Amino acid sequence: MKQLLAFLAGPGLIAALLIFSCGLTFRLVRYFRGLDWRLDRVAYRPQMSAGMAGGLHSIFRWLLPYGTHGWRSYPLLTLCFFLFHAGLVLLPLFLPGHTVVLEQTVGFSPPSLPQFAGDALTALSLFGGFFLLLRRIALPETRLLGTFGDYALSALVLLVLASGLLARMQATNYDLWLLLHIAAGELTLILAPFTKLSHMVLFFAARWQLGADYAVKRGGHRRGPCFPW
Amino acid sequence: MPEGKFCNKKPITTEEDLKALLADKGGKQYYEEMAELEVDTQKLRDALRRTCASRTLTWLEICARCGMCAESCFLYMVNDRDPEQVPAFKIQSTLGEIVRRKGNVDNSFMRRAMEYAWARCTCCNRCGMFCPNGIDTGVMFSYLRGLLYAQGFVPWELKIGAGMHRVYHAQMDVTTDDWLETCEWMVEENREIWPGLDIPVNRQNADIMYTLNAREPKHYPEDVAEAAILFHLAGENWTVPSEGWEQTSLAMFAGDWEACKISVENVYAAIERLKPKRVIGTECGHAHRATVVEGPYWAGRPDGKPPAEYIHYVEWVAEALRTGKLKIDPDKKIREKVTLQDSCNYVRNHGLARYTREIMGYIVEEGCFVEMTPNREYNYCCGGGGGFNGIGLFRAQRNQALKAKRDQIVATKATLVIAPCHNCWDAIRDMEEEYKLGIRWSFLKPLLVSMVLVPEHLGG
Repeated sequence: MKQLLAFLAGPGLIAALLIFSCGLTFRLVRYFRGLDWRLDRVAYRPQMSAGMAGGLHSIFRWLLPYGTHGWRSYPLLTLCFFLFHAGLVLLPLFLPGHTVVLEQTVGFSPPSLPQFAGDALTALSLFGGFFLLLRRIALPETRLLGTFGDYALSALVLLVLASGLLARMQATNYDLWLLLHIAAGELTLILAPFTKLSHMVLFFAARWQLGADYAVKRGGHRRGPCFPW
Repeated sequence: MPEGKFCNKKPITTEEDLKALLADKGGKQYYEEMAELEVDTQKLRDALRRTCASRTLTWLEICARCGMCAESCFLYMVNDRDPEQVPAFKIQSTLGEIVRRKGNVDNSFMRRAMEYAWARCTCCNRCGMFCPNGIDTGVMFSYLRGLLYAQGFVPWELKIGAGMHRVYHAQMDVTTDDWLETCEWMVEENREIWPGLDIPVNRQNADIMYTLNAREPKHYPEDVAEAAILFHLAGENWTVPSEGWEQTSLAMFAGDWEACKISVENVYAAIERLKPKRVIGTECGHAHRATVVEGPYWAGRPDGKPPAEYIHYVEWVAEALRTGKLKIDPDKKIREKVTLQDSCNYVRNHGLARYTREIMGYIVEEGCFVEMTPNREYNYCCGGGGGFNGIGLFRAQRNQALKAKRDQIVATKATLVIAPCHNCWDAIRDMEEEYKLGIRWSFLKPLLVSMVLVPEHLGG
């Protein structure tokens, strides 16, 4: 077990991070290279500045909790969505336990969150994630839509959060929780480019595209300064 | 039976074939043949390889299945929240499946997809505004329609409609002679009341070239006259082309992209020929979408713009009222409760909401204009968009679809609905017939003609 842990925390982590970053970069580059003004019917290049403004505005508004009509239409879902995602974005980089590991493997790390903030964020993120999963099961429309892959990925990410919290709390079987946490975390990193988890970068791409689409082609300046997301 | 006599993969290109298909009343034989029509899976696979690119594939892949699009769809809402009416489900179980199976689908799959593409989505694009991932299902349904059309799975009326564009360069059998005669007739008919009225044909370098919907000369010639009267009263230097006057595109509803290109190039050729300063299109939503928003791309114009500035009728009316070219008689302003229908095709999809509001400010007495909820970009489709109005096979579904707009209108307590869009106008007319609301509905032109002040030099 110790050997396995050492492998996962050393070469395993580096491999996972490489697959993660190269894979997602590839997905992002392939997305933008694949945009086609004829097929999409959007004059991306000739109207780049309008497109850029509309695209960035579309990303920005949707990153704000309750920043759009859509978010405001689903208040509880939005709360849980942002709690869940805040944890998933902030914890891997800023949790004290993680910054130490990053320092050791990569050689540098961002400043770390105070421990209590990290704990609270983990708990809130777990809460948000569980709500999203329950909602997916409870509502007829999402139950019909969900695939095995959707549930499996949700479960995997929740496992990362839960096992991480348990390890941090020094629960019984500490080693097991830690191992599970690292293994599930690295599996998540490795799967990201190949599954729907790729939305962590493709969200920005697709959001940019629709914002640019409305700015370049579907109204643009006629509508006023920006699209009413 | 691989290919039927009427239902097949070939578009209609001759008058003879068009008349034969029209003679198959209601598409009886056409739909019987469709039940046997073979899917050319190789052709479908090739089409996917050529046209299903980054944007669409990513949309299909990253859909989080969160269901946030559900309530955005009026068809979901009026069908008792049927989970099978959720936009994500509708597109994933049709286009999504076709892509996942690499085109390997059968006849019954395609017929189901046809019902989804034309009776469960009007391509209003509202759901795209509610998706965190920016997935525009309406755009994908339009793309799906193209795949289905190429395989022969298209509602009978729309196969005819696309054929009309190919044969007559118009959505109806209106020939150049018919069109020019209608113009002459309308001038003769109205000259006594409006001395000096004219419909100048093929005038070069005019300030305005006017384009319209073939329904107007065919069924509502008074609309052509009203447009002429208003241009006349506003003192505009305007013209209509003898060819390229028809702005609509049932081919767009059908997914016949080649016919779309033929139609729009015909209009653009008129612009190149007559070199007007700008072009104004009639009170039609999809005609504007087809010619101004999508058209430049069908015609292969890299800047995404028509050959000259091309505006919607509501933009011209707002400008004419703002600049005083048209003045409203204060005594004739609308004094009843009135509401306004936002056409998806030029409001959500071309940002013209503020122009119609500006017009309301001039023609409606203060306190009489009531907005529908929701409105502007967030409006609901009239219930008959995207070709839905015209498809007999799906009439029951269409009538159900009208309920969203019906309830919105009833909630305003308005007695008059201003609908500057042919499709919306039709849907509201059918709604009145179906549900007896006791409302009236109107385009802008007849209202304006009845309330503008006639300038002194024109006999006012």
